[in-house]
This record gives sequence, structure tokens and C-alpha cells, in this order.
Amino acid sequence: MFKSIVRLGNALSLNKVCPRRQHQRCALKYSTAAAERKKFYEDVSISQGEGGLFEINLDRRKLKTPGGKLFTVPNEALAIAVATEWDAQRETLKFYTMHMTTLCNTALDNPTQRDKDQMINAALKFLETDTVCYRVDEPHALVELQKNEWDPVLHWIENRYNVTIGSSSSILGPEIPEATKDTFRQHLNSYNFWSLTGLEYVITQLKSVVLSLGMIDRHLSVEQAVLLSRLEEEYQIRRWGNVEWAHDYDMYELRARTAAGALFVQLSSESSTVKRKLLQD
Amino acid sequence: MAALASPLRVCRGILKELRAIQGPSYKQSLAYAYVMDQYRKNKVTGERYCRAQQEAHHASHTYLCLLASTRNHLALHNLYHGKGERSPEEVACLVGLRLPTQPGGKGWEK
Repeated sequence: MFKSIVRLGNALSLNKVCPRRQHQRCALKYSTAAAERKKFYEDVSISQGEGGLFEINLDRRKLKTPGGKLFTVPNEALAIAVATEWDAQRETLKFYTMHMTTLCNTALDNPTQRDKDQMINAALKFLETDTVCYRVDEPHALVELQKNEWDPVLHWIENRYNVTIGSSSSILGPEIPEATKDTFRQHLNSYNFWSLTGLEYVITQLKSVVLSLGMIDRHLSVEQAVLLSRLEEEYQIRRWGNVEWAHDYDMYELRARTAAGALFVQLSSESSTVKRKLLQD
Repeated sequence: MAALASPLRVCRGILKELRAIQGPSYKQSLAYAYVMDQYRKNKVTGERYCRAQQEAHHASHTYLCLLASTRNHLALHNLYHGKGERSPEEVACLVGLRLPTQPGGKGWEK
């Protein structure tokens, strides 16, 4: 009966479930990684708990992170995205398709115990070997393709952030001046911890700081960013043919992960976006 | 570079994905309610270049990409990588042999 009230009608209303009566589920959720977990719930719903944080309920039981903490997200859109992921599971739980859940778990548990500075340093390390800055000398068609596709993005980011990032075809990569790194460090520092988790994830997936920032700043779409990141592979595919079970598989996986990361960052830094618009007015 | 599909197409795409996930009752899902709400809120704008509208459009495009690519990834996985290992009987059949059967069980079996 409670199930039907939750599913129908205005699902966005605050759903204050009496907290004492919800029986907490055991933390055995992710422990058996080898065996396949069956889908043990029927309904997924969200509710707002203390502090305005949203929780996910699977059939009256609250979702927990692998570390045992209660799974809470700061805003509703993120909660709905996670709930949709859990709802999309059929028969067995496939955790490798639940990218938003994974990102939230990482942000909540912080299993490697990192703080903001360490994450920013790790992200900026990618700048020295950024995909967009690494050029080849031959074959000529690939050189042209890299110039036509990657140079506009480089120019855009140089204008947007007032930095200089060259491109080079040597094995050592481009020389990034300290001022550039400081600018990016300052920019990355303005994101909160959750957004930084997502941003670092995206940078690791795309192997490029330039492309990640271009996508987060809404200059590129996810498909465009993934295409630019895989430019050489696409060139080879066009030359030698496509292998569906490898190329397409990798492309869809990269797209899914990057899209999840981008959405995660944009939803986690939502409040800061609103602030910027007010300032501009 | 930033030429995305029109908001209507993105909205239709998201609804198609939700229908693929949820089945016929997708209109009662949380995601459906939220997405329609966001689209209605951002539809009318007084400015020619409304930043919130652009941001919402990009976010919806990103979400569509997420849903579509997870679905395609899962489909490809099940198609090519989902079969697991073959059992010993099947392996033997590959080369035209059969596993030996011993009536009464082997010595160490109960």
C-alpha cells in the first residue's frame, strides 16, 4: 500500500518516512563481488532525510555504500539518477552499468582517503601528457586531422582561462608553464569535493584535462569529447575497419562513464552555477 | 562545435530510453516526472541567450548520452562477452569427442 503512494502522483514531494521504523539493511551489499547478486527488491524510491540530504530506498530498506555508510546525496536530481539506475536492473545486479552509484559511493566513502589538494595534483598531472597536446609526425592524414580537430579546442581553452598550453610532437610532451598550472589549480579549487571526485574521474577516462574542462564548461558535448579523445583510434578504424566487439564496446563504455562523470560534476556543483548567473546579472 | 540536437529530440530520446528501461509504466517513474518538470520550467525564457536554458539543454543531452550508452554497452556485452566459459562436455564436443561415463560412479565419488 505504501508502495503505491510512492510510485503514483507527485514523486517530487518530500517523502518523510518515519526513520525509526525503517529497518536498516545489512552492509553485505557489495561484499560478494564474485557471485552475481540477484535483484532483491521491487521498488526504488527516494526520500529526504535530515539535513536536506536525499536517500534511496529499495523496497523500504535504505541503500548503503560499500563502506557501510548511509547513502545520501545533496540534491534531488542526483538521487533520481541513482534511483533510475537501480530501477533499470533486471534479475541480476550489474554494478558495472551503475556509474552514478559508483561515483556517489566513491565520493561518500573516499576509500583512498584523499583530500582536495591531492586530487587536484593528480588531475593536473594529466596536463603534462594531455592527449590534445600530444601530436604525431606521421601519417600525414592523422597530423592534419589532429590539427583540425584539436587546435580549436586548445585555442578555446587558452582564451577561456587565459593560459598558454602548447602542443608538441616530441616524446616529452609540451612544456607547461607554472602560471598555467596555477590558474588551473585555482579554478579546480573552486569546485567542492564531490564535483572534484567526478572531475578527476572524467579526466582519467578521457586522459585529457583540456577535453574534460571543455565538456564541463559545456563547450563540447559528451560524444564530441569522446570522439576527440579517441581521435587516433577513429582514424585507424576509418582506415582499417571497425570491430564491433572491441571498438564499439569501448566507445560505449567510455561514453557512459564520461557522461556519468560529467552529469555528476554538473549536478554536484549546481549551487555554484546558480550563483554565477546572479553575479552576471 | 556546440551544435546539439534540438531540445525536443533530446527529450524524446530520454523518454524512449526510460520506456526501454521501465516498460509500459514509465510515466509513473521518478525520472519521467523530474525530466518533464525540468523541460517545462526551462521552456519559456525572456532573454535571447538564456544561460540556464543552455545548461539544462546540455545536461539533458548528457543524460541522454548516459542512458543510451549504458544500454548499448550492456547489449554489446551480452552479445559478445556474456556467454562465460564452456562446460567440459561442450569443449569435448568441439573436437568430436565425448566425456567417458563410468556406470557406478568413479572410485572416490559417493
